[in-house]
Amino acid sequence: MTEIPVSAPAPVPADTEGQARSFWAKAWQRLRKNSLAMGSLVYLCLMVLACTFGPMLVPNSYDKIFQGYTRVPASLSAYPRPEMIGPAIEAAAGRARLDLVDWAQTGDRVTAHLQSTRGVDPRAARYFDRSDMLENSTLDPTSQTEAVLTARIERHHFLFGTDATGRDLLARTLIAGRISLSIGFLAGLVAMVIGVLYGAISGFAGGRVDQIMMRIVDVLYSLPFIFFVIMLVVFFGRNFLLMFVAVGAVLWLDMARIVRGQTLSLRRREFVAAAEALGVSWFQILFRHIVPNLLGPVIVFMTLLVPNVIILESFLSYLGFGVQEPMSSWGILIAQGARAMPSAIWMLIFPSLFLTSTLFALNFLGDGLRDALDPRDA
Amino acid sequence: MRHHHLRLPLSGIALVAVLTLPLAGMAETVLNRGNLDDPESLDPHRTSTLAEANLMRDLFSGLMGLDPDAKLIPDAAASWRVSDDGLSYTFTLRADGKWSDGSPVTAADFVYSWRRVVTPETAAEYAYMLAPVKNAEAITAGTLPPEDLGIRAIDDLTLEVTLNGPTPYFLQMLTHQSTYPVQKANVEAFGAAFTKPGNLVSNGAYVLGDFVPNDHITLTRNPEFYDAANVSIDTVNYYPTADASAAVKRFEAGELDVNRDFPTEQTADLQAKFGDQLRVGPTLGTYYYGFKIDKAPWDEVALRQAISMLIDRDFLAEKVWQDTMLPAYSFVPPGIDGYESAALDYAGMSQIDREEQAEAILTGLGIGPDHPLALELRFNTSDNNANTAVAVQEMLAPFGIEVSLVNLDTKSHYGYLEQKGDYDLARAAWFADYVDPENFLALCKTGTGNNTTLYSDGDFDALLEKAALETDPAKRMGDLHDAEAIGVARDLCVVPLMFYSYHNLVSDRVGGWGDNVMDVHPTRFLSIK
Amino acid sequence: MLRYAFWRMMTAVPTLFVVVTLSFFMIRIAPGGPFDQERALDPVIRANLERTYHLDLPLVQQYGIYLKNLLHGDLGPSFTMPEFSVAELLHAGLPVSIRIGGLALLLALILGGAMGVIAALYRDGWADRAVVGFATAGSTIPTFVVAPLFQLVFALGLNWLPVGGWNDGAFHNLIGPVICLMLPQLAVVARLMRSSMIEALHTHHIRTARAMGLSEAAVVGRHALRSALLPVVSYAGPAAAALMTGSVVVETVFSIPGIGRYFVDAALNRDYTVVMGAVVVLAVFTILFNLIVDIAYTLVDPRVRYD
Repeated sequence: MTEIPVSAPAPVPADTEGQARSFWAKAWQRLRKNSLAMGSLVYLCLMVLACTFGPMLVPNSYDKIFQGYTRVPASLSAYPRPEMIGPAIEAAAGRARLDLVDWAQTGDRVTAHLQSTRGVDPRAARYFDRSDMLENSTLDPTSQTEAVLTARIERHHFLFGTDATGRDLLARTLIAGRISLSIGFLAGLVAMVIGVLYGAISGFAGGRVDQIMMRIVDVLYSLPFIFFVIMLVVFFGRNFLLMFVAVGAVLWLDMARIVRGQTLSLRRREFVAAAEALGVSWFQILFRHIVPNLLGPVIVFMTLLVPNVIILESFLSYLGFGVQEPMSSWGILIAQGARAMPSAIWMLIFPSLFLTSTLFALNFLGDGLRDALDPRDA
Repeated sequence: MRHHHLRLPLSGIALVAVLTLPLAGMAETVLNRGNLDDPESLDPHRTSTLAEANLMRDLFSGLMGLDPDAKLIPDAAASWRVSDDGLSYTFTLRADGKWSDGSPVTAADFVYSWRRVVTPETAAEYAYMLAPVKNAEAITAGTLPPEDLGIRAIDDLTLEVTLNGPTPYFLQMLTHQSTYPVQKANVEAFGAAFTKPGNLVSNGAYVLGDFVPNDHITLTRNPEFYDAANVSIDTVNYYPTADASAAVKRFEAGELDVNRDFPTEQTADLQAKFGDQLRVGPTLGTYYYGFKIDKAPWDEVALRQAISMLIDRDFLAEKVWQDTMLPAYSFVPPGIDGYESAALDYAGMSQIDREEQAEAILTGLGIGPDHPLALELRFNTSDNNANTAVAVQEMLAPFGIEVSLVNLDTKSHYGYLEQKGDYDLARAAWFADYVDPENFLALCKTGTGNNTTLYSDGDFDALLEKAALETDPAKRMGDLHDAEAIGVARDLCVVPLMFYSYHNLVSDRVGGWGDNVMDVHPTRFLSIK
Repeated sequence: MLRYAFWRMMTAVPTLFVVVTLSFFMIRIAPGGPFDQERALDPVIRANLERTYHLDLPLVQQYGIYLKNLLHGDLGPSFTMPEFSVAELLHAGLPVSIRIGGLALLLALILGGAMGVIAALYRDGWADRAVVGFATAGSTIPTFVVAPLFQLVFALGLNWLPVGGWNDGAFHNLIGPVICLMLPQLAVVARLMRSSMIEALHTHHIRTARAMGLSEAAVVGRHALRSALLPVVSYAGPAAAALMTGSVVVETVFSIPGIGRYFVDAALNRDYTVVMGAVVVLAVFTILFNLIVDIAYTLVDPRVRYD
């Protein structure tokens, strides 16, 4: 149900290898002069690198739950904040069935006096470690009913804050980017392959075959997309592979239409007629002459298709059809952030920034490519 | 054509209702209630959801009702008498009970209605609410005619009901909307369309004014209602509020006076913003996981217990659900008079002791980080269910239980469970239909439809059957307690995790709101300040 | 022209048939049924329910019954709301969706078209950059983020508009949904218009017109705009079908009683008849608007002929 508009650039006006190469070289030259497009290209490469290797480099794992830090705001300074320590000790003491008498902090060390009428079990020190705010906790009983807790404050950085279960949002945003970008590119690729083949065959064959093939596209257009997805998800379970097959399986329709239109006009060109006259088989004409000439519009279209796939994925995530926890995608994070909106604003802002900036870059790159591939604009 | 004919004056009502909204102090008082979903049906015998129950309690009066504190009160019945063997109930209807068309509510109306509920053609989802009545189940199954139902009109105002066995919670069941009366003449005149605005004749505090799907339902005061003099609110608008965050914004803007549900992960912030207008408290509902008990290795009770011990219910309730749930160590929630739950053995233990004990059990079974055991956890899609599952996954991981998560939409999830599909552990929940432990424990009875874990134990079944025949309430509760001790505490036919809370947003303007475990709030008791 | 339109109408029937058939079997193969829920139904009661809705018959026979009823214009009763026929639900919801979707499309075409033309005329100027930036933002921020933000700012913050509700289509209640629905479309139209306008301004006959000394207004208005409109027109067709059959997100966030939610809710609830009703509406709209677009083509660009 997404419509991807594209104004296709003129086909490569060349039919020999040498001229084609110089055409691509010129296009690259033109693109390099476009600072916005080049900047976007660099940004995209950086984003891909960050999402690929970032999750391994950031201090916290994307699926580690920090029990003491559910929904803490983004911050450059390390957690815990001074005012968080007291309540955390009290809460941990409560769970160990101990009463907190008092506590004090000197530098990175914390000492606290605890008591319980039922006696103090030294193993209860684990409760304090488990808060993720203290480490190396030890409980030394001073009497039958009292004990002293000594522990070191454990420092964590949550540059993007944490989510509702206490997971580091920076790590999650990066791992989500991995999913979103791969879905975007893979689904784009699926859509491209199906769309180019289908459209090229339809346009090339023409006549009745073309009519029937385009009618099939019309039928598929009229099918509600959401069924495809529900159907696929419930049949094959929810997995990553499936997401892009489902999305790709829908988005090839636009690609097919555009490619068909281009092919129709290419067919009327002299070099195709010449090849036909020479008795070249239609298969060879299709793959030697038609498909290579479609490359320009297809590349441009891809840069628009990928953002659409990513947005579509986020829409599916909003409806609850996203990838399986503890994995995530930008769409899932944004949907969660949108629901948490007025309060935990960092849960919305950071994934949104990543998504939006990536899509911006893709769009600028697409525009740049279009200009670069359009010789009339030189 | 009739459609248009009806719409004009009715949309007029809605317009008036909305226009008067900002003008406080006008003669008409309007209450705007957020109600989760649209009703699937307004035919009391075909309703099943919480949203429908709210509407039914405003539109109809059953024999028994619930007051603002969910205490049992007579409603359409003025009084009743129970025979010594507990098998026969004689109800005397109120003499001033009237339908909204002015005609009297008679015993014959109840006879007609109850027969209608159990008739196979009605296909009532809640026909089992009348299952204790003599012959009800045979009639639903189509083997006996509806006339054989154990209900008889002795005269216009006297109704005699015969039961299969003494059923101490029978009066509680009569507060359920599937036992409410419909008017025979009304149903016969309009057929399936009798619930349409303008057609529906009801005997409750309100009558149906307007119904626009996905938009609103308007109810207006029923002047024929027996207690109309004490009904303060003139018009109630029910709005479907599927999106809880959007509903909170509408509440904040004053477009809603009451809303059921708010996003629980925002509890702390909402508490700061709305203060007392946020109502959270225990209700009769349990959030649980169920093992597929007939499948190895989950047929091993020690393994089930070990995994149950490893789940830190305090963390789930306090952090993941932001204190809108209570940690659960029994299946039957607290709050049922006379019943004491049979808690899990380790309820009183600290989480550390539980973990050590669980680790010992797992080691004995040859499971540990070096010899991990795979477990597939299924749940229906929602943020809170996902957060819970993710937390459980993390709790089990250090002990060699490798949890993978599968979430499906609600229909697929329950469809899968009901078709006894293959799974390891699955999320489910149960809310009480009436205030009685039996309503929960029947889930673990051999062969019942809701018993998706396929638990089967002779002793457990026998205790439930014994309780069903017991006339002494205290002894009966004792039997049920023993059953829970076997089925839940010993065998974990289900793994209770948390007890639900109601979470309502109630504006300061609204008076007469009583917080109660059934989360029942008939509009007739409410007022606008 | 008329012959072409007639031929297209004729092919619409088999298209519709294929769509209905595919959808019918697709939704029925999906696991889960309309009566699966938190509490399992008694088998007897379940059987009674299934008999009432003919779900106990073989699937092919059910399909036959459905087709027969469809030919008589009967879409059947809803499963989840048995007191409403699917026709009634659509009758209530479709006008709402058409109103919001139609307004959003109209605004998107007018505003987006104007923005695109301005951007193209002042290419690489500040106006162009502003339009491109705005258009990109509009198409990259998901509606489910924009809509709640809109409510926070304009309803709760500034108190200008209601948070949600339909209120019989009062002007105030329309603003939020229409704007949120329009933004992504506006972005697309502006981008589309900009690039096709740039292309049109470079074509031979525009250069000729300029060379002949025609005024810039005449060049742009009479010649360039005409051919630049083609991609916008072909985009507007499917977009209109999608917009007027509702939007789940906008309807849910703003509590609007349109039909967009039925596509998702009914599919999730396995409300087979409502799903099919929604499919039929979407298919009819898609076919209809594609036809309108093709006809509009001939009006905008006389070179296109269908004979």
